Amino acid sequence: MSALKRLLLTLALLMASVAPLRAVNPDEVLDDPALEARARQISQGLRCVVCRGENIDESNADIARDLRLLVRERLLAGDSDRQVVDYVVERYGEYVLMKPTTEGANKLLWGAGPALFLLALLIAGLYLRRRARAGAPQEEALSEEEQARLRELLDG
Amino acid sequence: MITELGHFALVLALGVALVQFAVPLVGAQKGWTNWMALAVPAALIQALLIALAFGALMHAFVTSDFSLRLVALNSHSLKPMLYKVTGVWGNHEGSMLLWVLIVALYGAAVALFGGALPPRLRALVLSVQGLIGVAFLSFSLFTSNPFLRLAEPPFDGQGLNPLLQDPGLAFHPPFLYLGYVGLSMAFSFAVAALIEGRIDAAWARWVRPWTLAAWMFLTIGIGLGSWWAYYELGWGGFWFWDPVENASFMPWLFAAALLHSAIVVEKRESLKSWTILLAILGFGFSLIGAFITRSGIVTSVHAFSSDPTRGIYLLAILAFFVGGALTLFAARAREMEARGVFGLLSRESGLVLNNILLAVAAFVVFIGTIWPLAAELFFDRKLSVGAPFFEAAFTPFIVGIAVVLPVGAMLPWKRARLAGVVKKLTPALLLAFAVAALAWAVGSGRSALAPVGMALGSWLVAGAAVDIWSRTGRGALGGRLGRLTRLPRADWGRLLGHGGLGVVFIGISGLMAWQVEDIRVAQVGESFEVAGYEVTLEKVERLQGPNYISTTATMRIARDGREIAVLRPEKRLYPVQGMPTTEAAIDQGLWRDLYLVIGDPQEGGGWAVRTFIKPFTAWIWAGILLMALGGILSLSDRRYRVAAGAARRRRSAVKGVPAE
Repeated sequence: MSALKRLLLTLALLMASVAPLRAVNPDEVLDDPALEARARQISQGLRCVVCRGENIDESNADIARDLRLLVRERLLAGDSDRQVVDYVVERYGEYVLMKPTTEGANKLLWGAGPALFLLALLIAGLYLRRRARAGAPQEEALSEEEQARLRELLDG
Repeated sequence: MITELGHFALVLALGVALVQFAVPLVGAQKGWTNWMALAVPAALIQALLIALAFGALMHAFVTSDFSLRLVALNSHSLKPMLYKVTGVWGNHEGSMLLWVLIVALYGAAVALFGGALPPRLRALVLSVQGLIGVAFLSFSLFTSNPFLRLAEPPFDGQGLNPLLQDPGLAFHPPFLYLGYVGLSMAFSFAVAALIEGRIDAAWARWVRPWTLAAWMFLTIGIGLGSWWAYYELGWGGFWFWDPVENASFMPWLFAAALLHSAIVVEKRESLKSWTILLAILGFGFSLIGAFITRSGIVTSVHAFSSDPTRGIYLLAILAFFVGGALTLFAARAREMEARGVFGLLSRESGLVLNNILLAVAAFVVFIGTIWPLAAELFFDRKLSVGAPFFEAAFTPFIVGIAVVLPVGAMLPWKRARLAGVVKKLTPALLLAFAVAALAWAVGSGRSALAPVGMALGSWLVAGAAVDIWSRTGRGALGGRLGRLTRLPRADWGRLLGHGGLGVVFIGISGLMAWQVEDIRVAQVGESFEVAGYEVTLEKVERLQGPNYISTTATMRIARDGREIAVLRPEKRLYPVQGMPTTEAAIDQGLWRDLYLVIGDPQEGGGWAVRTFIKPFTAWIWAGILLMALGGILSLSDRRYRVAAGAARRRRSAVKGVPAE
């Protein structure tokens, strides 16, 4: 039965997180469009901590609404974007950042793709050079006579 | 009774799958033809038995037999018939049964249409396919049996998650599974080739159609899922970089890479061991996808279930197949000598670059998907990896692909000169720059996203057009047009595949750069203006649906005083689950979608209303459709059939030799 319960719990969570109508409500929108645009931008980078991989701009969970209001409050208080994000991270941990930092072990995360790409280029370069060299003379090039014969055929 | 028969058929299928695995394998080792030949009837019988089981489960869903635990949990007597049928795979156990059915169907397809294959290869392929069947049949029977009964059946079921009661999502899983499992064919062929220690052009020719089919199904499946997210989740996002989405995207990238590297094996007898490795990894990532979706280890919006025993079982399957195949690969890969010779600049090297970019892109998606887990396990950090990471880390590689694709596709085999290709592509390049300038001007220089994305998209589309036109040779226009119509279908498939990717680029960059959003409280009867469109909230009414209650708004949209559309966005409440869904109303157009969402009633009167203008959105789905169509066209190419026919002739010639 516990499996069943877990299934139901999962479904409940799923509903809580995907449940529609959503996101920024009209009463939250700031009057200053420039400030509101900044708020939207910041919100899109902050994760709704009870949801599954949604940012607070998309989520309709209560905590996401609270965070949206908090972000707007800080902006009205004159914080820079950076300060707002730091303020939220200080309280909720780096878990709220949709875009992971580049600190510590995260260098691995960010560096892995480019490193692999360079490595692959290197290996492929060596392979291609080997393929280009292997037996190139006998298979590819035509001899002088063959060239002449070819010209004859083409022109004739 | 029918249910018990289905259950019994499933158990029998496991037995048959065991036979299908063991007997042909021994036969192939010892050279006993009759043992090898057993693979064919075994594969057919296994497919038949699983089809019976699947039919029995469907029967239980259609007749709403709530004594079956699965039906009671996931169905409801009031549910529309379509969703009773599709509800069969709208849950973990049923979808697993669909998965094993597809594994068996692919096996049966090899048994039926693989007459041209060398008998030993066919026996080995079917044996490996049988082993995959054993793994998943036992997983299904021992950890997620769909046929369990309830001692006390309830009067009615608990209903299907309303989000899944939707045509887009109803058919999303079957296509995805056809894709995931389709990659098992490439895997089986790869393992069979490793056991045989031989891989040649003919092998690649046999693998390609299966890979192409898998890729095509994945394309459709991903497209359907993305389309569903677009209209159902209520704010018009089309891709979330969610772990489950990534789980389907990684095999897609690998399938695309495999498709291209198999061409090199077929035409040039090179890249053999890399192609084998890709085939192993492609299916490996399908299995990782199944693990991510079903173990609950990586939390996601639409994961099925989280059950540790299932997770461990799936992990064991993954470790066994990928680990076993890689061990075999390590032992045998050296025997796959490359034969082809080619220059540093050639079609071959272009395809190598394509493979590097696709594989690295897939790897970036992979590391981003598992990083939260790895960081918590090894570094004790709880962190998130969301869309911004993927947008930053994945995009460079996909942009790289778009930049080099038209050039690479036109390079001649063996040895090429860049100048000639660039000269042919000059019109495409000019068009791309013109589009970039136009996009810059239209967007008043706000962001670089639209100009770059639009330029890349047009570069791909125009490049694909130049590519096919250059295949018509030289001479008068009439002659070239005539030759154009007689080009092999694979060439048209290539045009659609590459061009379709370009169309997707245009759609995504247009949508992301130029979307306009408006959120407000509107009173009934009020009109407001969004980006030149006049939107009127005419009325809001409560309506009764078959198994839901709907709040339906009627909204008129006009431009320059002329009415464009009347849209009826809905908010539904499914009382059985007590769960609301939004049904956005969309007026789709070639250049823009108008996307309306009705929200909650407000305290001071009026309704929360969201209006989105989404430029170029239709191009995303159109491009995906074009790509899938390209896959179908290539699959129907004469040359695949010719290859099969030639092999049949060879076989009948052998038959003609008098027996000793």
